[in-house]
Amino acid sequence: MAEAASFYIFSGLMLLAALSVVSNRRPIYSVLSLLVVMFCLAALFVMLGAYFIAALQILLYAGAVLVLFLFVVMLLNLSPEALSRTRIFTLRGAGTLAALFLFVCLARILASVGEPPTGEARGTVEAVGRELFSAYLLPFELTSFIILAAIIGAVTLAKREPSK
Amino acid sequence: MVTPTHYLVVSALLFCIGLAGILTRRNVLMILLCIELMFNAANLAFIAYADAWGNLGGQMAVFFIIVVAAAEVTVGLAIAILLSRQLRTLNADEVSLLKW
Repeated sequence: MAEAASFYIFSGLMLLAALSVVSNRRPIYSVLSLLVVMFCLAALFVMLGAYFIAALQILLYAGAVLVLFLFVVMLLNLSPEALSRTRIFTLRGAGTLAALFLFVCLARILASVGEPPTGEARGTVEAVGRELFSAYLLPFELTSFIILAAIIGAVTLAKREPSK
Repeated sequence: MVTPTHYLVVSALLFCIGLAGILTRRNVLMILLCIELMFNAANLAFIAYADAWGNLGGQMAVFFIIVVAAAEVTVGLAIAILLSRQLRTLNADEVSLLKW
């Protein structure tokens, strides 16, 4: 019972916050709504037994990625989006229709595959660590190259002098 | 009783909200934020299936997705800063340098 209650509370709050991310006109409110999405998602991860991933979600997404977003939004001092009215309506209509269509497709797929089994996966730090350093050792080492490439790319892009 | 299908439906809804955001917003930063939403929807589906099958492989996939998403965001935000500095706009429709 408590599980169902917390599931509905967290997923409802998460979907509301996601709608606010998409519909807010001020980017800074969108970033802060995304923070709510991340925390609710971490709660859902804990309910699904992914304890380590939930901690990672809060540390990496809420702690690092969103702070980066906040810095850039404040640095660039964005004004609310200004578009002509007709353009907004056609855009909104087309985008919402496409998203609804995708959701119908996904729902039909989910209905056709049927109910998955109900096992349990306990992603404690020990279990995840064992898996990470045995079966997934090579991908784990390769991620360091991705991070290195991202660091070099970000620094060279952001430090480039204006050419004009 | 909360079944894995419940989580998958929430994940599908989150993914579609992110897609609607990408299609409706024109600000580069907002598009990046909506991509993050879609990443997280995929993560939720991975973890729901990992729990359903009792296999940690799904959680490993989420670990790598988080790393790749962090790398993608740093480069994307650097490009956004460069756009606003050189072209004085963040509107995705006005940035058509690569269009011939």
